[in-house]
Amino acid sequence: MADATHDDVGYVPPAEIEEQDLYHAKSWITKYVFCQDAKVIAIQYSITAIAIGLVGLVLSWLMRLQLGFPEAFSFIEPDDYYQFITVHGMIMVIYLLTALFLGGFGNYLIPLMVGARDMVFPFVNMISYWVYLLAVVVLCASFFVPGGPTGAGWTLYPPQAILSGTPGSDGGIILMLVSLALFIVGFTMGGLNYVVTVFQARTRGLSLMRLPLTIWGILTATVLALLAFPALFVGAVMMLLDRILGTSFFMPSIVELGEHLSYGGGSPILFQHLFWFFGHPEVYIVALPAFGIVSDLISVHARRNIFGYRMMVWAIVIIGALSFVVWAHHMYVSGMNPYFGFFFATTTLIIAVPTALKVYNWTLTLWRGDIHLTTPMLFAIGFIVTFVNGGITGLFLGNVAIDVPLSDTMFVVAHFHMVMGVAPALVIFGAIYHWYPKITGRLLDETLGKFHFWVTFLGAYLIYFPMHYLGFVGVPRRYFELGDTQIFDQSVGDLNAFISIVTFIVGFAQLVFFFNLYRSYSKGKEAGPNPWRACSLEWQTAETPPGHGNFGKELPLVYRWPYDFNVPGAKEDFIPQNMSQSEAFPKRKAAAKTSRSRAAKK
Amino acid sequence: MAKSATKSVALAPGMEGFVSDWSSDQRVFKNVPWGKAMMWLFLLSDTFIFSCFLLSYMSVRSSTLEPWPNASKVFALHIGGQDVPLILIAIMTFVLISSSGTMAMAVNFGYRRNRKVTTYLILATALFGAMFVGMQAFEWTKLISEGVRPWGNPWGAPQFGSTFFMITGFHGFHVSIGVIFLLIVARKVWRGDYDTGRRGYFTTMKGNYEIVETMGLYWHFVDLVWVFIFAFFYLW
Ligand code: HEM
Ligand SMILES: [Cu+2]
Repeated sequence: MADATHDDVGYVPPAEIEEQDLYHAKSWITKYVFCQDAKVIAIQYSITAIAIGLVGLVLSWLMRLQLGFPEAFSFIEPDDYYQFITVHGMIMVIYLLTALFLGGFGNYLIPLMVGARDMVFPFVNMISYWVYLLAVVVLCASFFVPGGPTGAGWTLYPPQAILSGTPGSDGGIILMLVSLALFIVGFTMGGLNYVVTVFQARTRGLSLMRLPLTIWGILTATVLALLAFPALFVGAVMMLLDRILGTSFFMPSIVELGEHLSYGGGSPILFQHLFWFFGHPEVYIVALPAFGIVSDLISVHARRNIFGYRMMVWAIVIIGALSFVVWAHHMYVSGMNPYFGFFFATTTLIIAVPTALKVYNWTLTLWRGDIHLTTPMLFAIGFIVTFVNGGITGLFLGNVAIDVPLSDTMFVVAHFHMVMGVAPALVIFGAIYHWYPKITGRLLDETLGKFHFWVTFLGAYLIYFPMHYLGFVGVPRRYFELGDTQIFDQSVGDLNAFISIVTFIVGFAQLVFFFNLYRSYSKGKEAGPNPWRACSLEWQTAETPPGHGNFGKELPLVYRWPYDFNVPGAKEDFIPQNMSQSEAFPKRKAAAKTSRSRAAKK
Repeated sequence: MAKSATKSVALAPGMEGFVSDWSSDQRVFKNVPWGKAMMWLFLLSDTFIFSCFLLSYMSVRSSTLEPWPNASKVFALHIGGQDVPLILIAIMTFVLISSSGTMAMAVNFGYRRNRKVTTYLILATALFGAMFVGMQAFEWTKLISEGVRPWGNPWGAPQFGSTFFMITGFHGFHVSIGVIFLLIVARKVWRGDYDTGRRGYFTTMKGNYEIVETMGLYWHFVDLVWVFIFAFFYLW
């Protein structure tokens, strides 16, 4: 009986898609620079994103210097501080995390995990990277124009974003908006590819419900991005017109320095709606790939199938859908109709349900698992803890009555850094430790990795936990310095100094990680094709690192989901997705044969 | 003769078919080539862009303090000694809708592998598109000469000019891009690329008449968007 059900798992339908005819690079330039291979594009995306992320990191240090030791660093002027804040926020959210998760991991993992030779339109995919690079260059250029980058805050709220009192209102804001528009154009080209590849180019036997959760996370996040970025695009275009042509989309009638400006009749709240219609899904654009990747890391390193796979998939999809109807929880204090607050608080709290479900399922996957505390696993567990933390403060902020006093305090800064700064960063680290062996053929050093984990994880808590407290006592966000404000105790200043010192230690500890990346590339332990003994397709490639076309001569045939760990009776503790029933259970097959022959004899 | 890039699969009808497609392997949308799937997805994303534009237009139209200019006066042409309201727009709309008709016929003749007729029909579509853009340029010139600017106009709310130029401009940009690609596709049809399965520049897939249909999707979309712009701008 058992054999019969297993047997129909073995059926693989015939091919519907013709083999993709790949572009074969002939020269060094088409192989490594203008390359159409998604794996190379992935590396290009990742390196660019991490490089610009380091700029964001340095900017955060500069802010921390000022916050921790006000007046000690005379080279940081108030205007500079606002520029640092703005560019830091923008870089981290968009140019680092979005680009790294979707452009980096998406490009590397999608074709490999769905058993495709490449993305469906490799040329468009290549252009996507170059437009992204251009967006990054334009962003960086804003540091060198007169007046410097914009200091409007990463939310770029009008009217202040384009008024002359805001730093960077000459060239900075224009370049910022142009860069965002470019980013969106570039991303769209990549994003269309990712979705169509998952939907239309899977290998034989691979149904949607056999996809690794990583792919589900990236797929849903990409769809969100394709539907959410348009709002930002439109907002950016309209603000550009306000700034350059003097239209009044977002600009009300305004008096600046005693002078009545020629603007009038626009709606600043309209921008907030457009921005947050993008901004909230953006949180999930960063979070959903992280959810997916963490599920896979946990399952592989705890040697257990993921608990409630279908529930996990539906949770991802439902979170994605709900994320479009919660945006105005960022606008409780904006002056919009109070009834909106009621609606958006309700939807916000509803999202907690599928999210909590995911956390339970991760925990249940770990429960009685054969947990290997490898570096990727540590980072994955670190993510769950941090995410729960940030999620709980999110429930606070989702309620109008609690948000109003906490809004624009350090509490908010602590909340979003926990949930969309630290948590996804931990996943990125974990994912790099996990997939580096596939990308380079060598393992990263475990000792250095564990050191890196503990410093980063504990450090993040030392940095952001006190910030919640600072928020409770009322320390405002986006303040250059508190000055002689009497209401704050001496301890507020001490705490700020403490946070700043930890920031520097944690920041420098990242050098260990980069050293590890560099050294393991040539000196790391040989990984072999499948060092973690994982089931998903990327570990079953003929070569490691995978060659052009990913899978050698024959595309893999898929017989099962990617979570067959410790199946009773199997010859190993994992069954790769492309292993058929008879290969996985040689004994069972023999047993079936003998029983059949015995029956025949009777 | 080039075969279709993808093998066709028998489909189950109705809801049952929907479920079985989504739970099958390889492809969710059976018998849909990659390019077409990608176009649909792009159009979905583009729908969000145009929706945001139009919603923003409605929003500023209600937030502005000054009266909104009267569309039937502003968009009237002075013909034979009297003002004919919306006449130009009516012609533009008619031209664009007709171009959708020729496009649909082009798709049909493409699948019948009638190279010559397909080429002519695509060229006709492109011509209608170019006419539309030309008339739009004429309308812009007329409004500009009457003093309409993105930052103001003689009759009322400055947002009138800003939304008008922005939205029709963005739509006109779509039409212009469409015309360019129509010409490219027309050339390829004429040359017989889709009969020989010659490879395209953007893709690694063999050329195929499905591309005419994909192009058509874009064209009908741009046309549909115009209907909304027409309704919200000229009739409201
Ligand atoms: C490297 C560790 C990081 C440190 C030390 C750090 C520190 C800071 C500081 C001090 C602020 C300004 C708070 C204020 O006064 O309002 C800030 C703002 C911000 N950070 Fe970070 N941050 C880090 C990483 C990240 C990451 C990974 C993200 C990605 C989500 C991120 C996103 C933001 C955003 C969106 C803002 C708000 C900017 C604004 O108010 O316009 N940060 N960060
Ligand atoms: Cu939100």
